[in-house]
Amino acid sequence: MAKLNLPCDEATIRALRVGEEALLSGRMITGRDAAHHWLVGGFREEVAPYLAGSVIYHCGPVVRKNPDGSYAFVAAGPTTSTREEPYQAEVIGRYGVRGVIGKGGMLDKTRKGLVEHSAVYLHAVGGTAQSLARAVVRVERVFKLEEFGVPEAMWVIEVKDFPTVVTMDAHGASLHETIARGSRAVLDKLLGQ
Amino acid sequence: MHQAEDWTKLLVEVIAAATARLPEDVTAAIRRGRSQEAAGSLAAMALDAILKNADLACSERAPMCQDTGVPIFWIHHPASLSTGMLVHACAEAVRRATAQKLLRENAVDTLTGRNTGNGSAPGIPSVHCEEWDRQETKVELLLKGGGCENVSTQYSLPDSKLGADRNLEGARRVILDAVHQAQGKGCGPGILGVCLGGDRGTGYHEAKRQLMRRLDDKNPVPELDALERRLFDEANQLGIGPMGFGGKTTVLGVKIGTLGRLPASYFVSIAYLCWAARRATAVVSAKGDVTWPS
Repeated sequence: MAKLNLPCDEATIRALRVGEEALLSGRMITGRDAAHHWLVGGFREEVAPYLAGSVIYHCGPVVRKNPDGSYAFVAAGPTTSTREEPYQAEVIGRYGVRGVIGKGGMLDKTRKGLVEHSAVYLHAVGGTAQSLARAVVRVERVFKLEEFGVPEAMWVIEVKDFPTVVTMDAHGASLHETIARGSRAVLDKLLGQ
Repeated sequence: MHQAEDWTKLLVEVIAAATARLPEDVTAAIRRGRSQEAAGSLAAMALDAILKNADLACSERAPMCQDTGVPIFWIHHPASLSTGMLVHACAEAVRRATAQKLLRENAVDTLTGRNTGNGSAPGIPSVHCEEWDRQETKVELLLKGGGCENVSTQYSLPDSKLGADRNLEGARRVILDAVHQAQGKGCGPGILGVCLGGDRGTGYHEAKRQLMRRLDDKNPVPELDALERRLFDEANQLGIGPMGFGGKTTVLGVKIGTLGRLPASYFVSIAYLCWAARRATAVVSAKGDVTWPS
């Protein structure tokens, strides 16, 4: 099991291989559909320092506001990543992102982007929002809350031992591609094709 | 119970039960799947994480998944109750549950892109009331998340690419194709609710209705029962596994119903449900006593 402290350098990321479990600690930022669309619309200086060398988490959390004005994640599992396929590679390249956490994997454009920019795709177990919210030890700040709403806002969070699996690595390997190919062969057999 | 406020309070309880408590037949199916996965595999790790998360959500009375989905209510009620009152009570219960963080702020105005902030919007929640001749009221709720909704799909038979004719064998072929297309994106191991027939609207609706069945029930129609069992076995041979990590546990159940169709149409509608099968049922007697059949 790999342990990753965020932000991290290129060599650390390149050492990760598909199938390996990785526990993440440190600072990361959430971002999903509205955020990715916004991130490719220009260079967003306010969030750039939180993206550089760190990971972007495809997550739309349930968030509680505490009486002192701070926030806490109540439920925070991954959302489906393929919706960010048109934007992901560009976001990684433009902001120096080292990894993406999501679920369901991503496609060829992102796979190439991961290789080009030395980044990885990390899969969290979908639906395990209680366990994963517990790995979020602090909500540091939030961007675009008013405009995007709670699920789509970019939340800067500190995590400790956040569990993931490397399913696409910086060397072009993709567990999703392997599984899709294997299941296709079984399907063809079942359908007699 | 005739007051809207009483119903709203009960409906919040139904939402809490659905969002926080994984039905025991689903937990049992996940455990069965876990026992078949190789020790140390990613599949075993994922199923362990799912079971641990289910325990946490239940003990904390908190959402097991942050995508609390579209709340779909089916209510059967006696003639003495107003449908309009029940529909309003459902929407109010969703707003309260959202404020209590039992549900996520999960409704967006499609034109403006703004989150309504209270969990409700036109069409959300989805409420279906039907009068019946009994004295009690039955409330059923399904919270259907977006990830699994996005991989749900509908086929119009015949489908020459899949060699699917207008019969049960054709249905089998497209259903297996749907499981393959979904891969891990619908948060498998999934549950398939299927409707054969109907139109494009009623087909999907009946497919979702099928998701309210217990996983360990038996389809009363012998040929559908046989198809459910066969598809369960075959889908689990695909090797997609939990989350698409690979493994033997790709689906937890297959539930198939039928509706009449037009001579011109033969739809197979497939509602994919994630492992987080958030369904709850409450029955309210004429006196107001509430029971919770599983």
